[in-house]
Amino acid sequence: MNMDSSDTADAGARRARVMVTKIGLDGHDRGSRLVAAFLRDAGMEVIYTAPWQTVDSVITQALQEDVDVIGISSLATDHLLVPKLMAAMKEQGLDDIAVVVGGIVPPEDEAMLKEVGVARVYQPGDSQADIVDGIRALVTARQAAQGLSEGD
Amino acid sequence: MSDDAKTQWQHDYAAQMPADDARHNRSGIEVKPIYSAADRGLAADGLGYPGQPPYTRGIYPSMHRGRPWSQRQLIGLATPIEYNARMREIVDAGATALSLIPCNSVYRGFDIDEVDPVLLGTCGTTVNTSDDMQICLDGVPIERTSVALNDPSPFTLLALLLVEAKRRGNGWETITGTSNQSDYISHYVANHMFFRLALDGARRVFCDHVAFTNQHVPRWNPISVVGQHMQQAGATPAEAMGFTLSTAIQYVDDLIASGLDPDDFLPRFTFFFDISMSFFEEIAKLRAGRRIWARVTRERFGAKDPRSWRFKFHAQTSGVDLTRQQPLNNIARTAIQAMAGIFGGLQSLHTDAFDEVLSTPTRGAAEVAVATQNILREEAHLDDVIDPLGGSHYVESLTDDMEAKIVQVMETVENAGGMFKAVSDGLVQRMIGDSALAYQQRVESGEQTIVGVNAYQSQIDDTVPVRPLERPDPDLMQQQIDALARFKQERSEQQVRAALDALARSTGDAGANVFAEVVAATEAGVTHGEICACLRREFGMGQPLIAA
Repeated sequence: MNMDSSDTADAGARRARVMVTKIGLDGHDRGSRLVAAFLRDAGMEVIYTAPWQTVDSVITQALQEDVDVIGISSLATDHLLVPKLMAAMKEQGLDDIAVVVGGIVPPEDEAMLKEVGVARVYQPGDSQADIVDGIRALVTARQAAQGLSEGD
Repeated sequence: MSDDAKTQWQHDYAAQMPADDARHNRSGIEVKPIYSAADRGLAADGLGYPGQPPYTRGIYPSMHRGRPWSQRQLIGLATPIEYNARMREIVDAGATALSLIPCNSVYRGFDIDEVDPVLLGTCGTTVNTSDDMQICLDGVPIERTSVALNDPSPFTLLALLLVEAKRRGNGWETITGTSNQSDYISHYVANHMFFRLALDGARRVFCDHVAFTNQHVPRWNPISVVGQHMQQAGATPAEAMGFTLSTAIQYVDDLIASGLDPDDFLPRFTFFFDISMSFFEEIAKLRAGRRIWARVTRERFGAKDPRSWRFKFHAQTSGVDLTRQQPLNNIARTAIQAMAGIFGGLQSLHTDAFDEVLSTPTRGAAEVAVATQNILREEAHLDDVIDPLGGSHYVESLTDDMEAKIVQVMETVENAGGMFKAVSDGLVQRMIGDSALAYQQRVESGEQTIVGVNAYQSQIDDTVPVRPLERPDPDLMQQQIDALARFKQERSEQQVRAALDALARSTGDAGANVFAEVVAATEAGVTHGEICACLRREFGMGQPLIAA
């Protein structure tokens, strides 16, 4: 199902719910705070967590908060845990929640993340507008898909 | 007065520079060590001289002309064996100063058997035990090598270093170096990775660590107050300097309250700053900071020893200013930032690798960063003249204006009850968050040009010739995990339990020194992770304020 037209799909949908988090060991959070702030400014509901989350704690909170998108911020190689997150989500049937990664991600790792199902990888210098639009499109697609399945 | 100051400076300079060869530029003009208004036949400029309070022109009489700034690059590699191999190359090449960057698992207070192996050794060395430290420093003459440890509270790396010195028979009075990352307040506010213990516990261990080194390791610098984290997190240069000075004031207050005299520990205070692309603003920030610190130490704390007044600092070029687009441009950015730091009068400098924004720096890029410093010093001769921009109408006015702005930030903190209170309440974090967002908006709106990002895109080939990133060898890392298991089996369980009991008890005993018990525990075979776990239980885990 391809949903490109955000205008129509947005009608009547609830506000986008996006989790902004860091998994692993690093605690540099300028990026995650900035992204959280401008997603909020763009009208989204942002669930912001402490750094140092585990795969399990991310999944638990994503479920509790019923998020549409999980955003993982990574500066110091913590993105290497993301394949484990993707596998665990798949196993628990949560792969309708989109996962995006942003931060310092070397090119070879970007390809690896895409392969395991990460929807988007954002790099330093990507604009706010691109990030907001990209995440909004993911939310729209998910909510539309949910709407259809609930309607059936 | 001015004449006296000049005579005094000439005397001090000559004492530091018994053989000061005349230097000439390519046109044959002699380059003197310092210039002032008198050199142009103008009335005295009132700027004073380097090595004299308030040190606007530098903290030492001869500054970089007498002793070039130290090049301190951060080094941390996978396992202790790999780290040691790299260290010995550097020592054999004549280095007298080393740094040790531990693995992120170490920063978070864990041993390597407690975290996902995929994260081990990607950013630094896995040091958990006295055996690991022995391997790291094998062949390194620690009695004559200054060691910079990235070692947050509870300072287990320093404990391991002291245990290694003792094993070799080196007296602790011979040990020199710095506890980088001792500034727990900056970790609470910004670089959370280093924040291991809850605020009150971190405060206690900090004071004990200073008291311990003061008594037993007198040439050690236990404190590095860090403005770099806060500026990298988004504080303006004036805010970063103001918050750093307010933090330093908090530490001095706490150490005085713990019974120390300011002149006991102030000579060992060091600072660490970020240098952004705002060239003149950075120079003025550093000159103004030096002046304020001289005033605070003398007037507020009554320090008598001139070494207590000197604002010694390390600086690092700014990672957040580097761009992923057209990454070779980052070499130019780093050189400009380094120049600002040098003109600002730094004592040591780390230049960032141009590929830092793409990955953990590769070796080739790290070599360019070192070459940049050599070029600035030996090709451009930036070490010839002390404070070469001093006396510029712009630089002096900006230094005054930055000073006023920094003092304003410090007053805001003071009015909020001091730095400890201001960060506990989240005031500082809010100010930094607002500044980060404001700067980002300037970039997004195009008001602030970032070449290759919001202007001049794609005119240059975007690809960059770097070798692929080296990740730790999984087999070597597994051997390291096995070695830890063996270490734990071979030590005396009874001694370990006794040491951990003593450590736990010390936290509740105001008369005890917690850091002394950390040293004793490492000697008894307790690991880094076990020490951190014990202190987390007693003091609470280091958790930053979560608000975004």
